[in-house]
Amino acid sequence: MSLPLLKIDGLSIGYEGADGVAVPIVNQVDLQLEEGSTLGLVGESGCGKSTLLLALMGYYDSGLARLAGKVALLGKDPGALNEADLQLFRGGDVALIPQNAGQALTPTLKIEAQMLEALRLHTPLPAASRQDRILQLFDRVQLPDPANLLGRYPHELSGGQQQRVALAMALAGNPKVLLLDEPTTGLDVTTQQAVLALLSEIALESQTAMVFVSHDIGVIGAVCERVAVMYAGEIVELGACNQILQHPRHPYTQALLSSIPKLGQAWAFKAPTSIQQGQDRRLSGCAYAPRCEYVGPTCLKQKPRLTRDQDREVKCVQLSEIARMVAPAGGHKGESKMVGQEYVLSVNNLSVSYDHTGWWPFASRQERKLTVREVSFDIVRGQTLGLVGESGSGKSSILRTLIGLQKSFEGEALLLDKFDLTTPVAHRSKACLSKIQMVFQNPDASLNPRQSIFAALARPLRIYFRLSEPEIRAEVERLMAAVQLPMEYSARYPGQLSGGERQRVAIARALASKPDVLLCDEITSALDVSVQASIIQLLKDLKDAQGLTLLFVSHDLPVVMALADDVAILQRGQICESGRVEQIFNAPEHPYTQSLIKAVL
Amino acid sequence: MVNGQELSYLLRLVIQRIFAAFVTLGVVSMVVFAAIELLPGDACQAFLGQMAQGQRLANCRAEHQLDKSPIERYGIWAAGLAQGDLGNSIKRSKPLEEVIGPRFRNTVILGLTAAGIGIPLAIALGVIAAWFRERKVDFWISGVAIFFMTIPDFITGTLLISLFSVWLGWLPGIVIMRVDAPITEVFSQIGLPVLTLMLVMIAHIMRMVRSSMIDVLASEFVMMATLKGLPRWRLLLLHALPNALLPAINLIALNIAWLMGGVLVVEVVFNYPGIGRLSVNAIADRDLPLVQAIALLMAAIYVSLNLLADLLTLMLSPKLRTQRVQP
Amino acid sequence: MSGAEQTMRLVLRSTSGKVGVALVIFHIVLAIVSPWVVPYDFNAQSEVLEHMGPSLAHWGGLDTLGRDVFTRTLLGGREALLVTIFGTAIAMVWGSLFGMFSGFKGGRTDEFMMRAVDTFLAIPFMILLLLVIASFGNSVIVLMLTLGFLYGIGVIRLARAATLGEVTKDYVLAAQARGESVWVILLAEILPNIRDALMVEAAMRWSWMLLAFSALSFLGFGVTPPTPDWGLMIANARIYMPLAPWPVLLPMIALSSLIIGINLMADALAKSLGLDRVQRMPL
Repeated sequence: MSLPLLKIDGLSIGYEGADGVAVPIVNQVDLQLEEGSTLGLVGESGCGKSTLLLALMGYYDSGLARLAGKVALLGKDPGALNEADLQLFRGGDVALIPQNAGQALTPTLKIEAQMLEALRLHTPLPAASRQDRILQLFDRVQLPDPANLLGRYPHELSGGQQQRVALAMALAGNPKVLLLDEPTTGLDVTTQQAVLALLSEIALESQTAMVFVSHDIGVIGAVCERVAVMYAGEIVELGACNQILQHPRHPYTQALLSSIPKLGQAWAFKAPTSIQQGQDRRLSGCAYAPRCEYVGPTCLKQKPRLTRDQDREVKCVQLSEIARMVAPAGGHKGESKMVGQEYVLSVNNLSVSYDHTGWWPFASRQERKLTVREVSFDIVRGQTLGLVGESGSGKSSILRTLIGLQKSFEGEALLLDKFDLTTPVAHRSKACLSKIQMVFQNPDASLNPRQSIFAALARPLRIYFRLSEPEIRAEVERLMAAVQLPMEYSARYPGQLSGGERQRVAIARALASKPDVLLCDEITSALDVSVQASIIQLLKDLKDAQGLTLLFVSHDLPVVMALADDVAILQRGQICESGRVEQIFNAPEHPYTQSLIKAVL
Repeated sequence: MVNGQELSYLLRLVIQRIFAAFVTLGVVSMVVFAAIELLPGDACQAFLGQMAQGQRLANCRAEHQLDKSPIERYGIWAAGLAQGDLGNSIKRSKPLEEVIGPRFRNTVILGLTAAGIGIPLAIALGVIAAWFRERKVDFWISGVAIFFMTIPDFITGTLLISLFSVWLGWLPGIVIMRVDAPITEVFSQIGLPVLTLMLVMIAHIMRMVRSSMIDVLASEFVMMATLKGLPRWRLLLLHALPNALLPAINLIALNIAWLMGGVLVVEVVFNYPGIGRLSVNAIADRDLPLVQAIALLMAAIYVSLNLLADLLTLMLSPKLRTQRVQP
Repeated sequence: MSGAEQTMRLVLRSTSGKVGVALVIFHIVLAIVSPWVVPYDFNAQSEVLEHMGPSLAHWGGLDTLGRDVFTRTLLGGREALLVTIFGTAIAMVWGSLFGMFSGFKGGRTDEFMMRAVDTFLAIPFMILLLLVIASFGNSVIVLMLTLGFLYGIGVIRLARAATLGEVTKDYVLAAQARGESVWVILLAEILPNIRDALMVEAAMRWSWMLLAFSALSFLGFGVTPPTPDWGLMIANARIYMPLAPWPVLLPMIALSSLIIGINLMADALAKSLGLDRVQRMPL
């Protein structure tokens, strides 16, 4: 096996910038892949990993083009193939498993038609035996009841089934290489586990090589032998997966790994300087230098090369320095002070059903479906309760109810022992409104794009307090300082801030009314891991400094564990287990909790 | 593969829509009737004008039952409508069916001819423009389309008459025929009106198909199909086009409704004896019962074509058709 | 940053935007100053034979009654512009307010409003317009109000759809949770975010309304003779077109250039705001 299956030499992909100079998205990448081996590409959003992956099929998003370098897959360069050969190459030699199979299957064609198409194009099978082959393939990807699936349309399948169909379709042409573009990102934790297990099995059995792209280094670790860490279009570290996961050497890999909260470990976080990735991709020095804590003078002057370093390849000139400096991981132990046993928020037997509207005479009369069933919890002042559950478990409905936006529910909810939270928002007193505030999941949506940051922060101040203009200005300054943003930012609009900065503004807005309770609805799930880490740190600081009480809702168990004092696990609208964080983690009782913990370990 | 549950769901949906259409029509009839009631003077005063006094007015009112209360008259009118009796024309003293019938036939002939040629052409042009978007072909197709959907149709019509009839002498310009002329004669005369209507209609549908095709071509499933190695024609006709046409169905129905409703101005330009010109004449003559009947007829066409488009969308879109009852 | 100023700059960046804005401004300025600059009295009948072709004295020739075509063309857009500009403003204001309210309220209010809108859309506009004019006369006020009312119905739909796209966004929820009143949320939070769509809609409505107005005057219902008006001029002179094309061509060019100008402007506006111009029938 002298010739590698895939060989990439100095590949650069980019677009033409406004000044006519090419801007690379993928920069000088060299990679090799042997037959039957698996390689992961990991990095944060915008690092060029998907662009690189699609380039292997000769596909570029509009505006992008190959700037330099060579690709040879089975000795063929997809860029040099004519149209007919390229059609045979795609799906025959190399196949893609897309990020979101639900979007990637044609909605107006039945599953069978789409499978047959792949077989007709890429296999010599006679028409009569194609159907059997489809059933075989479905069986191979462990789809239940394959015969029944053929006549269905894509939207009639669950997310996991759609992903399996996409996998079967990719396998139809017996490709030598499978390309996977975040294939499990949209799936629930449990489904994700199953799909990953299937993928590693297929990789082992069929000797198909895989290139697996993901932002989640844990997912890569579950499937791949080798991993390449990408930053700003470049590969910064490349080597065996378990080696890199355990002993990252490049400063970026270290930061990436350290910002992921891990279960059962005291969370130590090093805040990277908040600079958007690849702000200038044409830096003359190392692309990571602006964010790097070990940056030295040579880093800024010349571009480092990917060089062999013991068991792997790393692109950093400071390696020996770093080894000597051994970063003192300032373990920020968030030991929260116990401030009496005052219940700030108590919820009793809360049940929520879908809001049902409509007056149409033929409207289907359906039973009231409960999204939340008899949920009860209390939060003590200064404490954080983490509410964990998968999508559809009713987490958000609980928050909507507490904030007064849910119409149909039963049960009791009391704030500070005096405010009844079952009153809809329109009928609440200003005092009550100001005591409980909420931060929403996605800061892109929760900040009005047409309002300056100053205006956004001033709104609640104007509603709740009678303040003069200078007083408002002073308050805004205080709030900006509290979330560690410079005051100059207050003149900007949300579109001019990064995602993490926007979420800080959203938190500041919620703090404006000096609330006792802050409700957080998945507030880190839309952010990159390193930004997520800095937001968690901010919340911890605020909690310590202001004695804030938090109800923190998330699907991400490790994030909740990093922040919360107590945790409640929500399954299909019911709390199946709750208690102190350490206790739940060390001795989970409910099988669902056990499976959740197992899934993230 | 439509199973029992799906069928009953579909059936309920269809019945729901049909019921809604009837309710809309009922309300429309009330609004039309009320609008005419609200106008100053009644139908006889409007029609007789200066002579609306004394015995003459009383006779006219008695003949058309205007001496009864509005609610009673609506009842009589609505009951007649339900049996297909539209009432009598004041000016022409004939049952309205006889006045409207042949002219409606002419309008339908004109409209269907324009739609039959125009719609397939528009879809084809839209697909071509989308495939070659931002290139020369697209530039010309879109440019010409925007020109014709922008300028008023009476200008288009007048220019076409001067070009094809007066200057080149290829086609008859102004239509000269009896209202109930045989179909062959109608066809020999309608070249230019059909062309005028087609130009406007093609422009609208083509633009819609183009933009929705561009959206679909940028979708993930088309990218996936490309990366499966599908040949271009398959990609375009099987994967992209059905999805691009779905949002265009409603616009196409609206266009046909517009054509069937008689295009007032175009019919006047070409002196075509259709329902559009009839409605202008009826208003000029103050023949209110006739106006009322035409308005209702046009509303009925609009509502039923919309209904048809809704049902068609439902049939063609698996997502809507097989949607399980969900909150 | 001033949103309006920036939008204007973006519109003017494209050639078509420049041409469109130039045409529209030209016509508006012309409509304002034309009474003082026209060479002749619009109603004066020349001693010379009618249907005279263009000459140095009469650039556009004379019409059937011996009136100066150039003068009448310069004046012929005044009433159309007056009626359609104010008509569009009326339509946008009432349509947006009702649509936003309906979309925000949701539930039964919304469903009822939408049924009402559907019903009104089913009624043939042109017949209703002609009927109202036949009964109440064709004064500028009647035309403005009727057109404004009818064209506002379509705006309700658009404003509602745009609002529906916003109400589920978290910033609206956040405002509700903060305890803001309905009208503050509609006007201070949502309106700035749907403003772009409404601006493009206003430009399109304007051009459609102009189409309708010119069709009305073509049919003889728009303005009262001898007031000069493009649609009416075309209607009166078109049968003599083979003999005397000028009295038809000049108003045609004037009317088309205005409508094309508005459309170019609307397209450039939509493009610069990142919206695809909505594909619909001019209703």
